[in-house]
Amino acid sequence: MSTWTSYYLPQTLAEALAILQTDPHSKVIAGGTDLLLELQQGRHAPVRTLVDLSAIAELQKLEQRKEALWIGAAVPLNRVVAWQPTRQFATALFEAASLIGGPQVRNVATLGGNVAHALPAADGAIALLALDAQVILATPEGQRVQPLLACYAGPGKTALQRTEIIVAFLVPLSQSGEASAFRRVMRPQGVAIAIQNLGVWLRREDDCIGDIRIAIGPAGPVPFRAHQTEEALRGKPLTEETLDEAEKALLAEARFRTSPHRATAEYRVHLAGILLRQTLQTAWQRTQMDLEKEAVSLSVKG
Amino acid sequence: MELIVNGNRVEVEPQHGEMLAHLLRERLGLTGTKIGCEEAECGACTVLIDGVPVLSCTYPAARAAGKSVLTIEGLAFSRPSDGEYPHPLPFSQKERGEYPHPLPLSQRERGEKASFSTPLPQNKEYEREFSLHPLQEEFIRHGAVQCGFCIPGQIMTAYALLQNNPNPSEAEIRQALKDTLCRCAGYPSIVRAVQSAARRLRGEEPLPPLVAPVVSEQGKPQPSLQVIGTLQPRPDAVEKVSGTAKFTDDLKFPGMLHARVKRAMVPHAILKRLDVEKARALPGVAAVLTAADIPGEKNHGLVIFDWPIMVGIGERVRYVGDAVAIVAAETRQIATQALDLIEAEYEPLEVVADPVRARQPDAPQLHPNGNLLKHIKVRKGDMEQGFAEAEVILEHTFHTAITDHAFMEPECSIARPTEDGRMEIYVGSQIPYADRNQVARALGWPDERVHIVGQLMGGGFGGKEDIAGQIHAALLAHATGRPVKLLFDRHESLLVHPKRHATQIRVKMGAKRNGRLTAVETELYGDTGAYASLGEKVLTRATTHSSGPYEVPHARADCYAMYTNNPPAGAFRGFGVTQSAFAIESMMDMLAHTLRIDPIELRRINALRVGSVTNTGQVLRESVGLLDCIDIVAQELKQRAGDHPFTPRVVEGQPHLRRAWGFAVAYKNTGLGGGAPDKASAEVELFENGLLEVRTSSAELGQGLVTVLQMIVAEEFALQPEGVRVLVMDTDLTPDGGPTTASRQTFMTGNAARYAAQSLRQALAASLAEKFDVAPERIRFVEGLAQVNGHSLPLGEVAKIIRQEGRLPKASYEYWAPKTQPLGTGGDMHFAFSFAAQAAEVEVNILTGEVSVLEVISAIDVGKAINPLGLQGQFEGGIMMGIGNAITEHFIVENGIVFTDRLARYRMPSIMLTPKITAYAVEHPVEAGPYGAKGVGEIVSIPTTPAITNAIYNAVGVRIDRLPVDQEVIVREIAHA
Repeated sequence: MSTWTSYYLPQTLAEALAILQTDPHSKVIAGGTDLLLELQQGRHAPVRTLVDLSAIAELQKLEQRKEALWIGAAVPLNRVVAWQPTRQFATALFEAASLIGGPQVRNVATLGGNVAHALPAADGAIALLALDAQVILATPEGQRVQPLLACYAGPGKTALQRTEIIVAFLVPLSQSGEASAFRRVMRPQGVAIAIQNLGVWLRREDDCIGDIRIAIGPAGPVPFRAHQTEEALRGKPLTEETLDEAEKALLAEARFRTSPHRATAEYRVHLAGILLRQTLQTAWQRTQMDLEKEAVSLSVKG
Repeated sequence: MELIVNGNRVEVEPQHGEMLAHLLRERLGLTGTKIGCEEAECGACTVLIDGVPVLSCTYPAARAAGKSVLTIEGLAFSRPSDGEYPHPLPFSQKERGEYPHPLPLSQRERGEKASFSTPLPQNKEYEREFSLHPLQEEFIRHGAVQCGFCIPGQIMTAYALLQNNPNPSEAEIRQALKDTLCRCAGYPSIVRAVQSAARRLRGEEPLPPLVAPVVSEQGKPQPSLQVIGTLQPRPDAVEKVSGTAKFTDDLKFPGMLHARVKRAMVPHAILKRLDVEKARALPGVAAVLTAADIPGEKNHGLVIFDWPIMVGIGERVRYVGDAVAIVAAETRQIATQALDLIEAEYEPLEVVADPVRARQPDAPQLHPNGNLLKHIKVRKGDMEQGFAEAEVILEHTFHTAITDHAFMEPECSIARPTEDGRMEIYVGSQIPYADRNQVARALGWPDERVHIVGQLMGGGFGGKEDIAGQIHAALLAHATGRPVKLLFDRHESLLVHPKRHATQIRVKMGAKRNGRLTAVETELYGDTGAYASLGEKVLTRATTHSSGPYEVPHARADCYAMYTNNPPAGAFRGFGVTQSAFAIESMMDMLAHTLRIDPIELRRINALRVGSVTNTGQVLRESVGLLDCIDIVAQELKQRAGDHPFTPRVVEGQPHLRRAWGFAVAYKNTGLGGGAPDKASAEVELFENGLLEVRTSSAELGQGLVTVLQMIVAEEFALQPEGVRVLVMDTDLTPDGGPTTASRQTFMTGNAARYAAQSLRQALAASLAEKFDVAPERIRFVEGLAQVNGHSLPLGEVAKIIRQEGRLPKASYEYWAPKTQPLGTGGDMHFAFSFAAQAAEVEVNILTGEVSVLEVISAIDVGKAINPLGLQGQFEGGIMMGIGNAITEHFIVENGIVFTDRLARYRMPSIMLTPKITAYAVEHPVEAGPYGAKGVGEIVSIPTTPAITNAIYNAVGVRIDRLPVDQEVIVREIAHA
């Protein structure tokens, strides 16, 4: 089936931006594992020109910088997963990225695509949100840095302009006393998207939660940052009582819907509490561990 | 653009919208890369790009510019030229097309018989051409190759793994192959093959193939056999691992057109208007046909001709997959465009969405005779008495879902008009002669004018018994005078072909306190969908097996086989018994629980045994190995879980995880039975090159019939199987073996081949006796030689002698199964039954409701294990399909509209769901079976689902009465408890 007539493989960002600006019917493609299927199955308006970002060196970089990991938006997920600093400093992202798709898909699928596809329960996006990742964009006007959620307009709708390209994600390094975790629940029938997923980052200060970020999906039209739940936990010791309060706060602020053939709202409410407790506890335990050692022993499930 | 493909520089310009898989297959002729879904779901299209495995079906060809691509075709040649792999296995290779055997197996013989190995050919070129990679060799040797369609993807994915990780753990192998699906599902054999290849590449000894131990019936004398019972690799395995195997979509003919079908996409309506003119006018379109253009009969069908080839104007659409027009064009793309130009208008009608509704008097009537396809009845004894005698009575209703075969190879047919006015149909079909008949009737021709040329089949499981695209392709080829290929994509495959029947089954069961059953009453509703297909037969089997493999003094079953507006339901491995076994085996556990009797003991008490009378009034006179199967599984269970396997256990350190075992048994008929004339023909011919050939139209769908036939003929001539080649599925060249269904091939076609071989042997002996003036009894055939008077004549010489005498060294045999009786008349409804017992251990997460199957123990009474290597594939694959039926598979239709219209929405078990499998082959021989063998293909899968759901009950107290298992329901029920 003819789904496009021109396919460009630019070598530089400038080249890519130029094509996007001159051809009004062009669209960027990274791994394409979602986009190509949508095009093939008629779930996406036909696209005349695809601008493939996979050959642009800048989007393929993985760098550990002082304060953050630079993760190129077009790096295949398997490379993100195999890169030791991901495990060590962004454990939630390591866990999430190793669960996306299957091995062959992860060899082409990218974090940029995971975010640009704008699903509210995309595993990569939920982990990035919990890790407070910043997004570096290339635009015709120059580069711009913005928070992750600014990329979202609604379910499956990105806030990015057609001529804008996600270059990389800046993921703050988890420092000593800080850790993150990601979990999801699937169902064995039907589409392999999480019924519910949840990412946590926290900083431990003695026996209290010094700071915390929680992201959950699907709990609204876009990946959901559970600010009130975080508030309920911040500065508290991790006790049953705190967990109960946190669960209440989460159920109060997040919106869980029934999706046919996947999960009822009631089941999601039930799972949200379980995921919150389990993921929180995992992250909490990790703050006490030698991260590097533990990362090696983390098994990839899926 | 320029790219490297298998080491060769290729210059080619990518086409609009082209994916790498199509570039490789269509333009570079590398058809070893298979397309199973085009959705990045199945992994069959895996190739390596710069050493990294990717899915070529969703990889834009243009992106491969400057990259290096390795396909399955490149792997066999990637053997280093200097070098030998450590521990190369000797292999022999005859000419192509002769079903070569690559590897003499170290375990070929169970005893100490001589090895059949042939020396490696000296010719260097020849040797290089067939140098298989150790992965390819080990896949063959471990029986990991069945239908073969997924194998290129499996091997390429495994190859990439071994490049990076020369010593992978089992967990790592599973991770790597996680999304490379195999529906024959010999996942444990695949893992072992990869491990074995890894060992060889590391310079270590390969692993021996793992097959189920054989347990023979006590007191039965064991016949002395030379080939039967040894481990034999498939005759088509080399092609399948090297990517040279041709499936239908791999064929191309000069001038070939591409067809597509306009589907109604409404479940129930009258076609009011149809305008195909715009489609006809589209450049590149060669023909657009509608119902008005069918020269012959308008309907097709297997038993009942109720399925319109195309729905005509003013006629009724009965399901979304109904065809209203067909198009042939120069390219598939043009044909697809033409479909969009066809205008159809429908008057929608009320949709009959389920069989219970279909039986209500005010429901719309879908067929001239109404919605009832058949009311099937089983009557034995006196129900009133049976329930009066009962001390406990239980009643419960169960529901099973529609499921899809999801064979890896979507349907494909190519029709080709020949110069002599005939029509050839290239297709992988389970019933070639039925295809011939249905195509001929549609064309208005005598059967003989149609020639079905059977192709390798990428799985069938019952789903390739009905017509798919054969007739449409033939009509278009007839109209255009050109070859026409009609390939279903996965979406169309899911929408169109018949499924497993959804059922509602109510069971009422009475028993004494000591566990003895007094009465079983069942009422079944079966959803046969829009057309009959084999619905009546399937639901008859569901009904007659609905009181389980038990001696029940009073039994009554009523089944309503109902038409609905859902996709048709037909044959699917298990053939109705999968559904009723789930209901009855759940009830047996409920009864055991109520009576506080051990579930295994309850089954022992009631089990069918020699002398039992079935619910249809059949006295079982032999070959009832159920008690042995039960005992073997019970013993294995005891070793693992002591005396309380059914008590829940908390996983240490994981208080939310509960484990327990569950148990179930089953039986399944071999052959058509029920009074249907059941026969199979085969012929065996000896050629002057000394090779024997066995020919029959029975189908090879991956299950291993060709190996079985080869072994049987080899046994009869006391020679190595390499001396026998097999030709199947060709209506010009092979006699009718009957439908490949009902687990009947080993028994029926096996017997036909055996008797044909014996006839030929006797005829040859008679001729030689005359020529050399000795008694025929003194002539023996051994190892490819005829021994006459102390002289040895090679078989090729024998063939020459016979031909010189003006005769053909060929014998045919038409085998008739022992006579059976129709349901309701008592007597032998079936000539053989296979039996099974299985235990499954599950782990249930009580917080999320998630279920995983950890281990399955299986003992199957197969009569005789003809080829333990092939049998292992059936054992493993059957269990995996049972796991799918229990846990993952749900073909969802809502008010006639198919929700699961993509593979992404229909999940079959991946390698990640593979439990530890321990299997036993139990041999209670059938007198009339070949060497005692009976059916295998279905029984292996039937008890798995109830063993799992019983285990779930044992673990968390939730009774699953609706399939598939819904984890949300488990959580809810636990909360309510």
